[in-house]
Amino acid sequence: MNSKIKKATTHISQNEGLIFEKSSPGKKAYKLPSLDVPAVDVDQILGKAAREDLGQMPEVSEIEIIRHFTRLSTWNYAVDHGMYPLGSCTMKYNARVNETVARLGGLAEAHPYQPERISQGALRIIKMLSDQLIEITGMDAITLQPAAGAHGELTGILLVRAYLESQGNPRKKILVPDSAHGTNPATAAMCGYAVENLKSNAAGMVDMASLEAQVNEDVAALMLTNPNTLGVFEQEIHKIADVLHAKGALLYMDGANMNALVGKVRPGDFGADVMHLNLHKTFSTPHGGGGPGSGPVACKKILEPFLPTPVVITKPDGTLGFDYDRPQSIGRVRMFYGNFGMFVRALAYIMANGPEGLRQTTEDAVLNANYIRKHLQGFYELPYDTPTMHEVVFSDRIQTRKGIKTGDIAKRLIDYGFHPYTVSFPLVVPGALMIEPTESESKEELDQFIDAMKQIAREAEESPEIIADAPYHTRVTRLDETAAARKPVLRWKPQGELVAK
Amino acid sequence: MRYLPKSQSDREAMLSDIGVKSVDHLFAAIPEEYRLAGDLKIPRSYAESEIVEFFRDRAAENGQGYATFLGAGAYSHYRPVVIDALVSRGEFFTAYTPYQPEIAQGTLQSIFEFQSMICELTGMDVANASMYDGSTGAAEGLMMAVRVTGRHKSVIATSVHPEYREVITTYARHQGMPLATVAHDKNGRVDLEALDKAVDSETAGVLIQSPNFFGTIEDVAAIADIVHKKGALLVVSIAEAVSLGIVKPPAEADIVSLEAQSFGVPLGFGGPYCGVMATRDKFVRQMPGRLVGETADRNGKRGFVLTLSTREQHIRREKATSNICTNQALVALMCNIFMTIYGREGLKELAQQNLAKAHYAAEQFKKSGAKLMFDGAPFFNEFVIQTKDDPHNINDRLLEQKIIGGFPLKKFYPELGNASLWCCTETTTRASIDAAAKEVAR
Repeated sequence: MNSKIKKATTHISQNEGLIFEKSSPGKKAYKLPSLDVPAVDVDQILGKAAREDLGQMPEVSEIEIIRHFTRLSTWNYAVDHGMYPLGSCTMKYNARVNETVARLGGLAEAHPYQPERISQGALRIIKMLSDQLIEITGMDAITLQPAAGAHGELTGILLVRAYLESQGNPRKKILVPDSAHGTNPATAAMCGYAVENLKSNAAGMVDMASLEAQVNEDVAALMLTNPNTLGVFEQEIHKIADVLHAKGALLYMDGANMNALVGKVRPGDFGADVMHLNLHKTFSTPHGGGGPGSGPVACKKILEPFLPTPVVITKPDGTLGFDYDRPQSIGRVRMFYGNFGMFVRALAYIMANGPEGLRQTTEDAVLNANYIRKHLQGFYELPYDTPTMHEVVFSDRIQTRKGIKTGDIAKRLIDYGFHPYTVSFPLVVPGALMIEPTESESKEELDQFIDAMKQIAREAEESPEIIADAPYHTRVTRLDETAAARKPVLRWKPQGELVAK
Repeated sequence: MRYLPKSQSDREAMLSDIGVKSVDHLFAAIPEEYRLAGDLKIPRSYAESEIVEFFRDRAAENGQGYATFLGAGAYSHYRPVVIDALVSRGEFFTAYTPYQPEIAQGTLQSIFEFQSMICELTGMDVANASMYDGSTGAAEGLMMAVRVTGRHKSVIATSVHPEYREVITTYARHQGMPLATVAHDKNGRVDLEALDKAVDSETAGVLIQSPNFFGTIEDVAAIADIVHKKGALLVVSIAEAVSLGIVKPPAEADIVSLEAQSFGVPLGFGGPYCGVMATRDKFVRQMPGRLVGETADRNGKRGFVLTLSTREQHIRREKATSNICTNQALVALMCNIFMTIYGREGLKELAQQNLAKAHYAAEQFKKSGAKLMFDGAPFFNEFVIQTKDDPHNINDRLLEQKIIGGFPLKKFYPELGNASLWCCTETTTRASIDAAAKEVAR
């Protein structure tokens, strides 16, 4: 192990096969209670719908299950291990109290169709979170129904479409900047809109001349991430909104980067008409290895009549209930009411912070990104020197002279004990290194990260071959992704069956 | 703030390194007129103990300790404690999507196992890493059928969960996907003659649910024959995953959209749950969502990676199969652990208990004078009864005994009058069934 690597060292990790490979007939990890009603004849009841057997489902004992998943877990890197600077992902600390309260019996065991009179606690949580997110975004109304950010985008653009239809013309196009997340154009397409790209200017912001040239009566909305994926605040945001509004188009704000704004500025105040939030980014609900997320959509008054049903309202008797009678609604985007368990966690996070805590959180997130920028500038090329908010984007231009690309630097960072940054995104920066530290990193952790990045920059100059083969200290080395895609093996099959084929 | 790992002197040292006097300089890019002058109007910061107390109070307002006969798309099954013990490991729940496979093998291997077990249970060749839930998964299933067939129309059975149908209506509206419905027959199942008429040469996909919203098991093979004869694809939605323990998998389907909440996921007032889509090998490139595949590293060691991502939005943008990005990974892990715990024998035994309880309840309700509807077709753990009294009145009386009664169907099916949908699982006791039987009689 390289003596310059300070944060991490190697240690033994357990090998573990697939769960199917541990299975043998008769092993059990369950015990059902004794049946207090008469047993039934399955074949007689189900007839030809009865299932013969469960094929290759595993049969294992409880201790094997505990060890299996514990061993697997130790092969993951996680926020709990250290800095996880994935740009645009906001990998912040996931407070444990959030997990505790989300698992309280009365909340975790509540059926979505149980009577409203015994659901007042859950309804109050929905109402409180709604109210607080409205205040944080400066909007007028909100739905918590969307299950994730992209689902929120879909909901938001459907709101735009429904509103424009009510004005007589749904229009044809959505404008998407070249720095946008892939979900933006994919969403626009699902809502029946053509996608038109919008150029960035030399400062990494929306090019006003292009915008003015492209906005016309065919444009339904601009989908804009602010700060954008370069970590740059769109300084002319009010003019952008004005240009759109003057032609009857709306401003959709992708709230993926809201961690740069909470408590400092509100999208509703600077002209956004509709936006989604990612509770799994800004509001600390865990990423869980890819989900679940939650993507509330907040909007201005003009879009409120179109929100998905149902909406939580206060009834004449003072209790809370669901309102399904919304004739202009776009309809449901998900069954029931959304990822309620995530609402509980997000509300617990907001309560733990309060107004001062949320503001300090944002300030620390921006401070951390700027601190990294200051110390790595010169070692890595900074393609845009516009002020940085919560994330900073470098490029691999200096390192490519030695044949080292952003993906290689990322793999080498793993050996130094860090999770890589976001690789090759945004697309407007060739060879991008997109670094978002979040507020959850101490100065000490940041200094270690900066040291590691500088060390890798030196390696790229002096011995690039080291980087090209990294990582060295992981359970597996670089995996053959081409082979995985060319001949996909997407499920386990017993050995005999593979041989037979 | 206790989540922030910095002292004031750390902050000052960092600001001085950056070369600015105060943190406000870092926000100078935001036009001053928009910067907040004061505090957000939200409650002051709470201590951890206060947060716990606050949510305990909300949980208490929600009512606890009720026996329930509610199903209708969300099922009350026992959750083995091992599930939360394992998913509470920070290595799982504080990790991101496994885009860096060298340090995400735990997540990747567990998803590979999940995909494998879903294939085993549904009779399909390939399953994805998860969808948001059963309702959006069903919508995506029909959109996939459109891509595969190049046709545009879809037919949906009225016996599919009404909220699923509402979601599909929202999704389909602007995608040039006309929707038609096909009614249920006297047994609560898809009317085969009507189906034959509804499906034509422009139909891309037909969506059914089995067991369906009324709890009855559809004749999937007969439906598949009709659908396939017209060159359309059959999408089968399964809302009660435990049924797969004893009900024949819909092997004749082209796409299966499963809601796996029954596999160890808390009811949680409706979410997060776990949708998952499964299909035939030949359709995999039209499937939405993430997929994990097996491969090898440079030393030939087995490992797993996200694969076939050229279907997805981060590569294909507006031409992607779907806009889905974040899915339900940690919930899929819960399902994975649940399936592993019960396994080959346990899932069968569990399903048998559900079947026995529901059939005992149906018998008792009948004896009390309620009419069992749709009784010409087999049912799993849900069934519909018709009562003299309005089911809301029955439920009001039961609530006083700390029992939540069945789901009144009038809201979605006004023509069914006083019909209600009752669900029994392994957690339903004989005592609560007997108590409910007394009330449905009145």
